[in-house]
Amino acid sequence: MATQKITLAKGLNMGLRKAMEDDPKVLVMGEDVGRLGGVFRITDGLQKDFGEDRVIDSPLAESGIVGTAVGMAMRGYRPVVEIQFDGFVYPAYDQIVCQVAKIHFRSKGNTKMPMVIRIPFGGGIGAVEHHSESPEAQFAHTPGLKVVACSNPVDGYWMLQQAIASDDPVIFLEPKRQYHADKAELDDSIAPEPLFTSRVVKAGTDLTLLAYGPTVKTAMKAAEAAATEGKSIEVIDLRTLSPLDMGPVLDSVRRTGRAVITHEAHVNLGMGAEVAARITEQCFYNLEAPVLRVGGFDTPYPPSRIEEDYLPDLDRVLDAVDRSLEF
Amino acid sequence: MSQAEFGPDLVEVFGPSQQDGGPELVQLLTPEGERVHHAEFDMDFSAEELRGFYRDMVLTRRIDTEATALQRHGELGIWAQLLGQEAAQIGAGRALRPQDYVFPTYREHGVAWCRGVDPLDLLGLFRGVDHGRWNPADNNFGQYTIVIGAQVLHATGYAMGMQRDGVVGTGDPERDAAVIAHFGDGASSQGDVNEGFIFAASYNAPVVFFCQNNQWAISEPIERQTRIPLYQRALGFGFPGVRVDGNDVLATYAVTKAALQRAREGQGPTLIEAYTYRMGAHTTTDDPTRYRLSADVEHWKLKDPIARVEAYLKRNGLVDDGFLDTVKVEADELGVRLREGCKALPDPDPHAIFDFVYDEIPAELAEQRDAFAAYHAGFEEAH
Repeated sequence: MATQKITLAKGLNMGLRKAMEDDPKVLVMGEDVGRLGGVFRITDGLQKDFGEDRVIDSPLAESGIVGTAVGMAMRGYRPVVEIQFDGFVYPAYDQIVCQVAKIHFRSKGNTKMPMVIRIPFGGGIGAVEHHSESPEAQFAHTPGLKVVACSNPVDGYWMLQQAIASDDPVIFLEPKRQYHADKAELDDSIAPEPLFTSRVVKAGTDLTLLAYGPTVKTAMKAAEAAATEGKSIEVIDLRTLSPLDMGPVLDSVRRTGRAVITHEAHVNLGMGAEVAARITEQCFYNLEAPVLRVGGFDTPYPPSRIEEDYLPDLDRVLDAVDRSLEF
Repeated sequence: MSQAEFGPDLVEVFGPSQQDGGPELVQLLTPEGERVHHAEFDMDFSAEELRGFYRDMVLTRRIDTEATALQRHGELGIWAQLLGQEAAQIGAGRALRPQDYVFPTYREHGVAWCRGVDPLDLLGLFRGVDHGRWNPADNNFGQYTIVIGAQVLHATGYAMGMQRDGVVGTGDPERDAAVIAHFGDGASSQGDVNEGFIFAASYNAPVVFFCQNNQWAISEPIERQTRIPLYQRALGFGFPGVRVDGNDVLATYAVTKAALQRAREGQGPTLIEAYTYRMGAHTTTDDPTRYRLSADVEHWKLKDPIARVEAYLKRNGLVDDGFLDTVKVEADELGVRLREGCKALPDPDPHAIFDFVYDEIPAELAEQRDAFAAYHAGFEEAH
């Protein structure tokens, strides 16, 4: 494959295709993933090329999708399940938390559960209720699951293949707002970083700004805006939420002494709380300011006409950056 | 509103509600031990097969009795009793071929027995030393599932995997395989069970849904779960359903064998409602005297699954005292082994709780494990 410019949707599609080519045990299953190619077209063309036995259009029942995928994984398959929207994962919550997460533990490793559950997450697309949520903390709080969030087309391509190759179940979060937004250059001759690693995406010296999924783009804009005022912000894309890869984060905070984390999910008991606690435990004497969190408010997701007020945007992130720097 | 707007009423479609199995109950051996015949599911049994069923049921009952006693002695935290359901489980278990796969609830001790799972391995879960120590791959017998009905979806998915592996409908009896999903009348109300029915029907998956209707979901009677006989629900999902006398091991065997064969041949799912009765409590923590009449229990005692086989065997001269004594001795030996084996089951190493959370343990969990070990080691040094 030559180098090419792709969207996140394309990167995920290409990643799925590659995984299916590489391993005949990889199956794709979900609502509308076959002929339609998924409501976001992430599975576009796969059923045509791999057949109905490997790209399975399912009845409209999320618990049924995940529960039958458990059975297929027990039979030796590697199901990649699509949950159509974040807010529709809850009917499958019992299967994910009580079965997918625990079967390896329950069976002392006799039964592996190599499943990927893809969830388009986050808001900003003007959708109706239940289509803009950020449920990552619910899964990151569940031992036995691994949780990752991609933020860009190249990561989408690689991280999805890596998640499929993992013998552990992975909740794979895709920032739906980014699906068709920006293009990036993919050169698949460049080997990817390991899946469960965070990454410094912009170096800086004054403050560490942490983000994942859809807020990485916001964080980058905030860093650019701050730079015009002479403030040097280091941006880290966490990429993996469970396990967390705190190494690059702690290294950064030890240098900057300040950290702000931003996510679309509610702040209360969100990923930011865990990251802040770990920074405090590990970098207490390096900190010049308390770790600040910028996220969705502790309300249900609002009607879409006011979602931009709810979502952590450039100004709210910069406000937190200023508060940290002025502390 | 007139009835006509909604079509025929339930009684017209399904017949009058039956409290005792009803006329559609498939039966090959009456409670009195009389061999009867059935137009669709009749089959011949050798004396050896009949004696085998008898032995299986006696030993299964002994496992149950011993485990109940072990709980009373504080050796098990809890036990889910199967008393009265021996025929349903042995009939279903013996109908399987080695290549078939079983998804049990937490009460399938008789099916486990048929699959060759060591009964001592069942006790570990109830003693609290593990979550089920047997490897499902050894006997094609899945782990006990405690969340009601969750395993029915796993069974359906596993059956879909079999379809993709090309082990359905090939005509090769050594190759063709099916799945059996066990659940109870309470589980029939769960969404996962109903979704399992829908997925299995949609993909024509080779799965037999085996519902032991033991009339009680802890304290909730069957009338709280359904307004129609459970087996008739299958019609609405698009596959056949049959009600079998779950206290009749012959009928249960015959019906399950036919349904499994149908699945192996690629003809899709079947719902079997094994009509039985939970003679004991839901578990050893339950007190059924609070919610049901002893007269009902006495009524079902007359339908005991073991007594009717014993009566038939004796009446027809198919057993002698030597055989019955041998089985009794075998049961006693099994009891001793379970009592001694249970008490000898070691507690797990607390440090091992980290070992199988993941296939590949993350660094942060390994750190937690190591810190826990160091914390413990600190106490040892202090002594």
